Amino acid sequence: MAPHDMNTDDAPKIVGDPFKMPDLACGAMADSNTFKSAPEHNEPLGFPGELLENWQEVAIAKIGELAEKNRAFQVYLDTCVKCGACTDKCHYFLGTGDPKNMPVARQDLLRSVYRRYYTFAGKYFPWLVGARDLTREVLDEWYTYYHQCSQCRRCSVACPYGIDTAEISMAAREILDSVGVGQKYCNEIIAKLKRTGNNLGLNPKALRATLEDLEEDLEEETGLEVKLPLDVKGADILLITPSADFFAEPQIDGLLGYAKVFHAAGVSWTISSYASEAANFGMFIGSYENMREVSWRIRQAAKDLGVKRIIFGECGHAWRVGYSFLNTLAGPFDFLDQNYPIPQHILEFTMDEIDKGTLKIDKSRNDEFVMTFHDSCNVARGSAMGRKEGGQFDLPRQVLKAVCNHFYDMERDTIRENTFCCGGGGGLLTDDLIDLRVKGAKPRMTALQQVTEDHGVTHMAAICAICKSQFTKVMPKYGYEMDSILSVHQLVSNAVILEGQVDPEDED
Amino acid sequence: MEYEVNGTTIEADEEGYITNLGEWTNDLAGVIATAEEIDMTEEHWAVVNFLREYYEEYQIAPAVRVLIKSIKKSLGKEVGNNKYMYELFPYGPAKQACKIAGLPKPTGCI
Repeated sequence: MAPHDMNTDDAPKIVGDPFKMPDLACGAMADSNTFKSAPEHNEPLGFPGELLENWQEVAIAKIGELAEKNRAFQVYLDTCVKCGACTDKCHYFLGTGDPKNMPVARQDLLRSVYRRYYTFAGKYFPWLVGARDLTREVLDEWYTYYHQCSQCRRCSVACPYGIDTAEISMAAREILDSVGVGQKYCNEIIAKLKRTGNNLGLNPKALRATLEDLEEDLEEETGLEVKLPLDVKGADILLITPSADFFAEPQIDGLLGYAKVFHAAGVSWTISSYASEAANFGMFIGSYENMREVSWRIRQAAKDLGVKRIIFGECGHAWRVGYSFLNTLAGPFDFLDQNYPIPQHILEFTMDEIDKGTLKIDKSRNDEFVMTFHDSCNVARGSAMGRKEGGQFDLPRQVLKAVCNHFYDMERDTIRENTFCCGGGGGLLTDDLIDLRVKGAKPRMTALQQVTEDHGVTHMAAICAICKSQFTKVMPKYGYEMDSILSVHQLVSNAVILEGQVDPEDED
Repeated sequence: MEYEVNGTTIEADEEGYITNLGEWTNDLAGVIATAEEIDMTEEHWAVVNFLREYYEEYQIAPAVRVLIKSIKKSLGKEVGNNKYMYELFPYGPAKQACKIAGLPKPTGCI
């Protein structure tokens, strides 16, 4: 095919380059400081309430402990050869131009201190190897720039040594927490989950009221009693979904989609008020203990309710924890039905039902949408899905294509394993980081603008509560309506026609 | 941060949510709204009052959908829709309206 002539009017216009190297802006994001947590947020997590007097000693010891316990972390600190392959892979660097947001520079904030205290050269000739003392300024700089990493791992795909910046960023946050310097957003939420079972702080009474309200909506929409069961003992399936699915738009529309699919499949299922959260912010702060405690609730709920299967709803990092770590954190799950994946993703379940022909689908009900799909980092680069390799990329697209007539992918280097972060992942989805979030969304938004230009794409779907909330907030800055981001199961919900369903318009 | 209402100082956190929920008054709501650059209209009050009633019953703010449904019932669908809620509260009916209603900030992936 001949290349398009860019000089004619009808040729597709290049709206921007998602990979454009920005002009360097040293220190541009040095003042981006997310709110620090208070003692009441830190202490329930097992961290000191405030900065310890002997913080320096404790932090240095913690680096050694982490390097000893986690060999990958030590290898990441030791092996970087400064080849530069990662420099332009970070959406925050591309969006801000601050060179400390280059992944290699972000790693070096910690690496330089590790060298000073844990390598021969750094101990005796620090000036020769870029080793530096751990001072208060360095600690503050860690706080600033390790909260400008969404742990998306796009850079690690580019690294020839496979150095995982997310792992270093998690370790840095763990070191900070261990000396009493935590981030309010994450720590407040983890403390809340320990009290209530979810990030929102939704108590069982409120959760039940919300679900009943949604059941009313479903009945109004379909004329059927489509249930959202809570704490049903002996149900076959336990649904673990992000609490945003009980609260925010468009997440809640996705929840209605899961309910319809379960209804059509004729399975018994339940939500648990004890484990009413898929999200596990323990991962964002690099705390194994907290990640384990959060995961343990899922095990406990599954046992108490006597379910046979666990299915995860649309939550990006929860699926990484669920798929990759759940068994080691809270297993063995020998009390569940071993004929099903433990856990299973809702997309696997829905795709199976589509393949079996259980779901009656009218794709034209989504004809107002010209869709694309945003791969969420933790699903794309931290998990797999279904029985085939690459299922985490293919299953969401297969489901979307089964329920929508119009679907176009964004540029290859911005999707699947190369996907750009939404700009709000890894514990950065907080209002006090909105400037960073808007700038970090730029590469993704530029790729989206291109498919809008080329194919008239109007909406983007995602399978992560964070991505959805982030896009709701930042899309208006890039010329889209806030409701241009949809849940995949919202589109499923639109297209599925349940047996005996009476559409309100049909009654007229 | 803090708010000054009729000569009294009311403590708030760094994002402007009041620390002691018992200190909320209609006057304080007006002061917070001013700080948020919002002129309180009857429609704003309908949202704030519903949030407070719901909180009283459930100790948490309602889902945005539940809020909108209730406002739709009381004020009609021209007001009771997502878009209009964002016109009333540009930073979102959940967070900004909760701040004015003196409720804790909704947290999570929202």
